[in-house]
Amino acid sequence: MSVYQHDVIVVGAGLAGMRATIAAQSRGANVAMISKVHPVRSHSNAAQGGINAALTSRGDSWEDHALATVKGSDYLADQDAVEVMCQEAGAALIELEHMGVIFSRDEDGRLGTRRFGGQEQARTFFVADITGAAMLHVLYEQIMHSKVRVYEEWFVTSLVMEDGECRGVVAIELMTGQLHLIKAKAVILATGGSGRVYEPTTNGMVVTADGHALAYRAGAAIMDMEMVQYHPTTLKGNGVLITEAARGEGAYLLNSDGDRFMQKYAPHMMELASRDVVSRSEQTEINEGRGVDGCVFLDLRHLGRELIETKLSYIQEVAGDFANVDLSKQPIPIRPGNHYIMGGIKTDVHGATSIPGLYAAGECACVSVHGANRLGANSLLDTIIFGRRAGEAAAARATEVGDKPVPESVLSVDKEAIRSFLSRKPNKDMAAKIRLEMGETMNEHVAVFRNEAGMQTALQTIRQLRERYAELAVQDKGQVFNTNLLFTLELGFMLDTAEIICASALARKESRGAHFRTDIPQRDDANWLKHTLAYFTQAGPRIDYAPVTITRWQPQVRSY
Amino acid sequence: MQVTLDVRRFNPEDANPKPYRKTYTVEAEDYFTVLDALIQVREYQDPTLALRCSCRASICGSCAMRINGHAKLACKTKLTSVMDAQGNVRVEPAGNMPVVKDLIVDMKPFWDKVRAVDPWLQPEGPEPEGEYLAPNEAMLHLTGVMSCIMCGICVSDCTVLEVDSNFLGPAALAKAYRFVGDPRDGANVARLKKLNEYGGMWDCTRCYECVQVCPKGVAPMDRIMALRDKAITAGFTGTTGARHAEVFAASIKHTGWLNEFWLLPKTLGMFNPLSLPALLGALPIALRAVRHNKLPHMFHKPISGIQHVRRIFDKVEAPK
Repeated sequence: MSVYQHDVIVVGAGLAGMRATIAAQSRGANVAMISKVHPVRSHSNAAQGGINAALTSRGDSWEDHALATVKGSDYLADQDAVEVMCQEAGAALIELEHMGVIFSRDEDGRLGTRRFGGQEQARTFFVADITGAAMLHVLYEQIMHSKVRVYEEWFVTSLVMEDGECRGVVAIELMTGQLHLIKAKAVILATGGSGRVYEPTTNGMVVTADGHALAYRAGAAIMDMEMVQYHPTTLKGNGVLITEAARGEGAYLLNSDGDRFMQKYAPHMMELASRDVVSRSEQTEINEGRGVDGCVFLDLRHLGRELIETKLSYIQEVAGDFANVDLSKQPIPIRPGNHYIMGGIKTDVHGATSIPGLYAAGECACVSVHGANRLGANSLLDTIIFGRRAGEAAAARATEVGDKPVPESVLSVDKEAIRSFLSRKPNKDMAAKIRLEMGETMNEHVAVFRNEAGMQTALQTIRQLRERYAELAVQDKGQVFNTNLLFTLELGFMLDTAEIICASALARKESRGAHFRTDIPQRDDANWLKHTLAYFTQAGPRIDYAPVTITRWQPQVRSY
Repeated sequence: MQVTLDVRRFNPEDANPKPYRKTYTVEAEDYFTVLDALIQVREYQDPTLALRCSCRASICGSCAMRINGHAKLACKTKLTSVMDAQGNVRVEPAGNMPVVKDLIVDMKPFWDKVRAVDPWLQPEGPEPEGEYLAPNEAMLHLTGVMSCIMCGICVSDCTVLEVDSNFLGPAALAKAYRFVGDPRDGANVARLKKLNEYGGMWDCTRCYECVQVCPKGVAPMDRIMALRDKAITAGFTGTTGARHAEVFAASIKHTGWLNEFWLLPKTLGMFNPLSLPALLGALPIALRAVRHNKLPHMFHKPISGIQHVRRIFDKVEAPK
């Protein structure tokens, strides 16, 4: 075991984590980044379509962007946070361009845009359909330039809590299997989403809700976790994402009769209504017998081969690899699939959580700018804006607080937990079986359409799975790259998160955004225009509420 | 369908650590990729099998490994495209990097080389208030290189790295091209100067392996050739590599033959005292060639139709 010390430690090396790291360093902090995978393997890679920004220099208005975001959120977003994000978007975008992101250009050599869902204005900036990957690699270039220390392939097992504040992390170095203590004056969680709680999901196998569970176990408030986004266009089978940019460029959604069914549900915005609306429409078509094999179709044929090959080349590759479809010749079968969680660790606009010394940014955080439904291309913006803000705030805290003691005994709990997984005699059970049951249960009962009985079933199932988890043994007894142990620890994080999602969903007795209850199909502003909070207790999540900040946009009836 | 994976494994914690082979039989759907099959093994048969993977959609670059002897992304390789008639597939760790455990290799040498090309944008002059103006064609062209996911597949199968670990390698050089080719970058000349050095752009032997194995169409070797063009255009004509290209072309233009006898001395410079050690070093090879009656001819008669070859050269060399 070794002890390391930094002013600021950033957990996670996707877009939010790297942006936070760069910001903290520019403010003079001794900052380090810790990630269970190499930074460029992070799941920000999978963001395809683009990043929203209203460039006021071109006559776009940030207020328009903010209103679209608030309406998209079904009025659950905190409007002060939305204002911050949309106001700062233009400058953040230009900064990314200056760092080296090779955004697509228009005929005059200026940054080009495409349309995205839930917005009238084309304000989505993009690099073909690999925007997330292109941004991730450029931020990593900046990290290499900065010479910041990166604890690569280290997995954080818990936060160090002393006197009610966060003073560092405990982490396992995968290459050696050793447990280490990293002390810090501020810790920023930027661990991404929770997709693998569901099966199938668009998310990569590393997206296991680590930050959500770390913060929850440490006592932080976890907000709006019932708000889980189903993306309208994912592949059957493996659940891989087909970007919204396809519809942004003009693709149609068709049912088995060949009709553009969105005419019925969103006559004005059609395929570019917000995601919760489109996913519900698709699921309705499928449930009412107008799908094929559990899918509807995304039709790009009229866009032509040239546009597909220049602007949508990655999904052309994915469609060929996984569905055996040439997008310029055939419609591709798609269906709504788990994609994103709007909820997360509650933060203010500086990334500060309810725990002193603990910050969060990106998908694991809930500021909240996405409320009950996130607009496409707002997630990349969220990571860049609030990643930077969290980095700055954490660096500022580091100048204010002195070194505080951390007993090395903080390692003992995790050491014991790992030892018991390794020493237990294997029974017939396996981590993979528990994960699959969890994922399929969540996907059945806490999905596009929900009801009381289904959510109760899900919660009970998760609690039974937790009991099985407590008996689980790790079969690989080695120290070096024990991925069997890693997955088992991740599964513990996911089970906690699944329980929070179920409990939060059961608590909200209305339908709003992505949380649609067939047993209570109406939005109820009088009683439920409020955030759900979940706190750790031994008996399961304790639910509480917080008000929504409304600045200038009063809730309206939402139609597209 | 039934598939048998023949996996090369290695556990550094064994008493006497040695690579060994282990076979696993998997009941697979016909749409399964090699990664799907490996995950089946890891999740339900043998949780001790170690590999890296995440996105399942060829964008994170984690699952590079050798499949039937060539490096591939396991998530992009359908079982049906690689298994033999009996359903066998051979899986080994990526090459040219030290194996840590099973299919996991240490990518530190890979990243050290990427770092060595100063892989960040270095614009010159004051920053504009808005974005840099740049033609979309230039950006689209760069998107092709930026599609690189740093998976290490080209490095795994690079035939130069196999014998000369000093070579920067295809991934780092393609990354370097991404900046040299960027209209916003102001450090082109300095970059090209550095890339001219030993281990740089001139050490590629043009075997095409990296172009063939790259899962993202980055075509690293083509980028290396583009770097060479840019270096010569920028005035770096005195390097061994540039002179080799020149002597090679001159020989073909002159007779239609490659005159191997003069290639080395002319490339190194016949009257250059500094090339003497290298020329002397080649003497034993020359003597062996003499002994086996394989010394190249000193002079060639032009091939018939040489005028057509020269016409091609004239056309290519004509100012545009």
